[in-house]
Amino acid sequence: MARSFVVVGLAATALVAPTMLASAPSSASVATPAVSHAAASHAAVSHATNSPVASRPDAVTLRPQADLPTPVAARLPVRAEPDGTRVSLDISFYGQPDGARHPLVLLAHGFGGTKDSVAGQAAELQQRGYVVATWSARGQGNSGGRIHLDDPNYEVNDAEVLVDLAAKRPDVELDGPGDPRFGVMGGSYGGALGLMLAGVDPRVDAVVSAITWNDLAQAFFPQSALAAPPKTAAGRDPIDVAGPFKQVWASTFFLSARGAGGGAGAGTGASIAPPPGATAPGATTAPARAATTTTTAATTAASCGRFDRALCRLFLKASDSGVASPELLTLLRAHSPKPSLSRVKAPTLLIQGIADSLFGLDQADATAAALDADGTPYAVRWSDGGHDAPSTHEAEETEASYAWLDHYVRDKAPRDSALPTAKFTFPIAATRAGQPSTLHALPAYPGLSGTTLQTQGVGFTQRQGGLVHPPGGLPASIIAVPGLAALGISLSTYQLAALPGQSTAFDTEPLTQARTVVGSPTMTMTITSDTPDVTLFGSVWRVTGSSITLANPLVAPLRLKVTPGQPTPVTLSLPGATYDLPSGSRLRVLLTSTESTFSNTREPGQIAVRAGGTLTLPVSQVDGAAAGTSGAPLVDTEVVLAASALGALLLLALGGFLVRRRLRRLLPSRPDLADIPLVVEGLVKTYSDGHRAVDDVSWRAEKGQVVGLLGPNGAGKTTTMRMVMGLISSDAGSVHVLGEPVSAGSAVLARVGALIEGPGFLPHLTGRANLEAYWAATGRAPEEAHFDEALDVAALGGAVDRPMKSYSHGMKQRLGIAQAMLGLPELLILDEPTNGLDPPQIAAMRPILRRYAETGRTVVVSSHMLAEVEMTCTHVVVMHAGRVVTQGLVADLVDSDDTTILDLPEDADAALVRDGVHALERHDGIHEVRVDTGSRLVVVGELSRVAVVQAAVAAGLPVVGVSSRRHLEEVFLGVISSASAIPGGEPDDENHSLVERLRQVRAR
Amino acid sequence: MTDQQRTGSSDDVIGHGDERKAGHASGEALLEVLGSADQHNASASDPIVQVRAPLSWRAELRRQWGRRRTLWAFGLLLALPLILVASFAFGDRNGNPNRANPSSRIFDLAQSGAANFSLVLVFLASELLLILLAALFCGDAVPSEASWSSLRYLLIAPVRRARLLTSKLIIGVASTLFATFLLPVWGLIVGGIAYGWDPLTNPLGDNLSWSQFLPRLALAMAYIFVTLLPIAAIAFWLGVRSDAPLGAVGGAVLVSIVFNILDQLDALEPYRHAFPGHYGRSWQDALAVSPDYSGMLHGSLWALVWTAAFTMLAYRRFRRVDILS
Repeated sequence: MARSFVVVGLAATALVAPTMLASAPSSASVATPAVSHAAASHAAVSHATNSPVASRPDAVTLRPQADLPTPVAARLPVRAEPDGTRVSLDISFYGQPDGARHPLVLLAHGFGGTKDSVAGQAAELQQRGYVVATWSARGQGNSGGRIHLDDPNYEVNDAEVLVDLAAKRPDVELDGPGDPRFGVMGGSYGGALGLMLAGVDPRVDAVVSAITWNDLAQAFFPQSALAAPPKTAAGRDPIDVAGPFKQVWASTFFLSARGAGGGAGAGTGASIAPPPGATAPGATTAPARAATTTTTAATTAASCGRFDRALCRLFLKASDSGVASPELLTLLRAHSPKPSLSRVKAPTLLIQGIADSLFGLDQADATAAALDADGTPYAVRWSDGGHDAPSTHEAEETEASYAWLDHYVRDKAPRDSALPTAKFTFPIAATRAGQPSTLHALPAYPGLSGTTLQTQGVGFTQRQGGLVHPPGGLPASIIAVPGLAALGISLSTYQLAALPGQSTAFDTEPLTQARTVVGSPTMTMTITSDTPDVTLFGSVWRVTGSSITLANPLVAPLRLKVTPGQPTPVTLSLPGATYDLPSGSRLRVLLTSTESTFSNTREPGQIAVRAGGTLTLPVSQVDGAAAGTSGAPLVDTEVVLAASALGALLLLALGGFLVRRRLRRLLPSRPDLADIPLVVEGLVKTYSDGHRAVDDVSWRAEKGQVVGLLGPNGAGKTTTMRMVMGLISSDAGSVHVLGEPVSAGSAVLARVGALIEGPGFLPHLTGRANLEAYWAATGRAPEEAHFDEALDVAALGGAVDRPMKSYSHGMKQRLGIAQAMLGLPELLILDEPTNGLDPPQIAAMRPILRRYAETGRTVVVSSHMLAEVEMTCTHVVVMHAGRVVTQGLVADLVDSDDTTILDLPEDADAALVRDGVHALERHDGIHEVRVDTGSRLVVVGELSRVAVVQAAVAAGLPVVGVSSRRHLEEVFLGVISSASAIPGGEPDDENHSLVERLRQVRAR
Repeated sequence: MTDQQRTGSSDDVIGHGDERKAGHASGEALLEVLGSADQHNASASDPIVQVRAPLSWRAELRRQWGRRRTLWAFGLLLALPLILVASFAFGDRNGNPNRANPSSRIFDLAQSGAANFSLVLVFLASELLLILLAALFCGDAVPSEASWSSLRYLLIAPVRRARLLTSKLIIGVASTLFATFLLPVWGLIVGGIAYGWDPLTNPLGDNLSWSQFLPRLALAMAYIFVTLLPIAAIAFWLGVRSDAPLGAVGGAVLVSIVFNILDQLDALEPYRHAFPGHYGRSWQDALAVSPDYSGMLHGSLWALVWTAAFTMLAYRRFRRVDILS
């Protein structure tokens, strides 16, 4: 179950890995190996793939490949197995072709991996100028033999043989005969190998050892009960009782050594499955021999896969009993760097993960303490990754590793030179999930290099607690779920951890000042139990409001031999981590009797716990400046991208603004037209649908004129007016008001008042407020407006203070006219002003307009109420189909010398009239006689009016009135029909004109 | 005015008749003024000056303030806390707090004091209500004028087109800003009266005192305001393009929903950071004990990019469009 968590965890972190815009390629390279490798080798080997310095197989493809030779594979015969089986390793050398000698790096892989898992890193080191040796460890990959878990006699000895071989290469730099200049680097399984190699082989010049163990016995049977209070940040000096068995991890090891079925073996050949051809002798004999022994041995052989038989048997026994046998403990201690650390002289970089339930911070702490005691140069770097989760600073950790090698191997820096990296670097998790942690550096590891560990005590609010151990060890609390942290799950798992009755919790007082915890908190307590063997699991939680979250998803197991009923004092070292504690925050220590990743005893028990006074926190002074690299710098790629996009947009806006201002100034004014209120010249407007609404229209309105703009619907009157006001742009031509060109929003429009296509008012304001709002929009002084006088024109009475919504159409129309007159503009443009007005109102409007013009101002009225225009206007412009058909004085248009209108009495005899008309038509000098109505004749001819009247009377027509005037309507219809006339039959023409007019109506 | 004394809601025709009886022709007064104005006008043809600030902010504010939609919007904003208080009271009577749901913890805490209540209010409103208001205030300003036909009268007043947009935009944005800050302040007042003046019991981290909480809240609201700007700008642009007031508002909200949906897609990973709304909840970072400003910084910058882009599009469009409304 835990294993599947690991898989999920890795896949998920690959997805949520912090990918910023520009860093996408590099983060992909971080994430992909974790996924692909985990998938390929079934993720049981996650401790290998997660290593901060672990493999990056596809990094090769991401870098421009220099002209370096491809790795050369070879077989290296090494020490035979205990049963005499001959063993050869599958090795590769990444050589240097330039003929010079280069320093060497031994690159060791993690458990369950092969030499291919480190191929990417090997290529990187090769490009850095190293000769790189990689090999599949004994029992792994295509190498022969069995897994001895870094046995000094086998795996470590193999590495020595490899060094001997490398010393013979012509491209490897030598310190002396058979002594190459080299460093050894690896994570987890490979990390311990490096430390152990340095412990037995003085030729090693530098070690980079990541997420590995100091004491394998302590790793698999962790004991957090302390023999002495810690002197270092994560120091854990355990009592001499083996802790509970870390069952889940042990099983994971075994499963990966078995090859995890066919899936992995077929795909990569990375782990186990059928031994390949080269190792055929050893591999085939072993099962054969196993088969001949007892049935239990056969089971063992099947379960052990490629594990060494002796080692395997001990592990299976421990799995069965949950208790460590002395033989196993001895063996595990021997397979650890711890015994040989005093002989390590090579400068060593230790990288250890906080998110590591397999090899905790205490392991690296113990190694560092041993190196410090012997004066060996070392640096410690804590990572927020580990076997449980990927690091958020993998690139920095790899870079620090390379810098370490460069410094001590390539550059041959003396041992007392300054370290190439800070002596202690640690991360503090970001406040939000998915963000990289911030890195901080200290000049010394707390408690080492002559410093003393700083601590802060926080009192517990309650001291007494009790819990039971369930019979059968179930249900088990779930606290340290490997991989859960990697999922970025922030929800509280407290309910799963603190099973009722099986746990007890001790809360601290709130912190009085903010602190940064760096390392393992400790607490003392007294335990009383009714069984001689007590196991407890401690974990640290943060209590904020009602939410309780794990400070670090790890447990610290404690196993004690006690006298039943007798209180036993003990000091517990809680899981190590780094976190900020703001002032006022509380911690909670949770003690549970079971934990799901451990082998829990089946015997029931009852335990009483009395906590000591305080929780002791290892603290550190952290100021932001201490860190060379900040985890989340305020200015990152995304900020740069967004800021530059914003800057570009603003520049564009500024540029556009300047260009437009320049263009606006270029419009010329026409001083010669300064005295003419309105001049329209050659206006053309074609709408986007292709309809040419206005086509070369030119006219002008002089001072004192009332100009009528006439035309049928769709003639282009309104379009012209909109262009005059700058509401729509013209395709060609110009409009000048008082000599100034008109474009959108021209200042000269302040001299113009207009009512165009009906009034427009804010419905929520009153009539008066609307006029005031409009005037306020002009930005001119209120006293220029003459509100009262304009409202008087509108004649709204009391309605002026009612909201607009209640107004009738006519009232709005009159208010619209009043609005146009605000400020007494020199040019008043009214589009259909009589719309919605009743006859008395129209009559009242007539003198106003005329007298308005008489003051030297100008009025332009568009209308199709011809009688109205005739009575109001002095001048008229007739438009049809977008063109000006005729224009001039109204008097000129309606007056006509060649036309005489004869009025007949209403009751005139029809026959008499008909005869008279015929007679008139035959008269010389008369071209046409038209019967307009029964009582009205229009006579056109070149005769004088007197002669016409005489002729009519002579023809017997009963003339009662004579006039010279036509009505404007006749003129209008006459010009319209002649303008739209097309040569051809009369009916056709009429049809055509109808169609034409319909089209125009549609278009506008 | 001779007809001021007239009472009743008679319509215009009768009013006109009254005038007739009074022997006063409408427009007489104007003509008198014309006559007198003539003297000073006829002689000097005044130089044509550009009025410095047509459609001043105050003028635009007056145009928008009395509108029913403005009153409704603010009414809703002010009613929301009261509705919440009433709802919580209702829930208490039934005694059915659903504590199993972690998100309901925030709502449980709402009744613990003014600060928590205000925070819950912001939490609820920032998801939709404030977005809607921003779209309304900025998207409705231009098309509502167009729909009243008053847009053309503003333009021939004359108000330069850019000036008109600027005034509309500034008042729209200012209304949004006012609403954004009114909400938590009103929430504090209502919450304080209803539940007491306790400082923040933080559902997102550690508790904050009043002196810590108030500046953080102001910062969070400022950030929320900035994240509203892209929606406001998109609404504004749509409003300039269309004459339908609600079309602009609805369009902008639709755009924000579409971006929200796209933001869910992991396939768009680095690119979705730039979407408006991607950092929409980063204001909560400001309330953490050690606030993390990087999300807010990113969010603000992207918001400003969108705002600038759509505002520029709106100006560009309006500068050259034919006003046919």
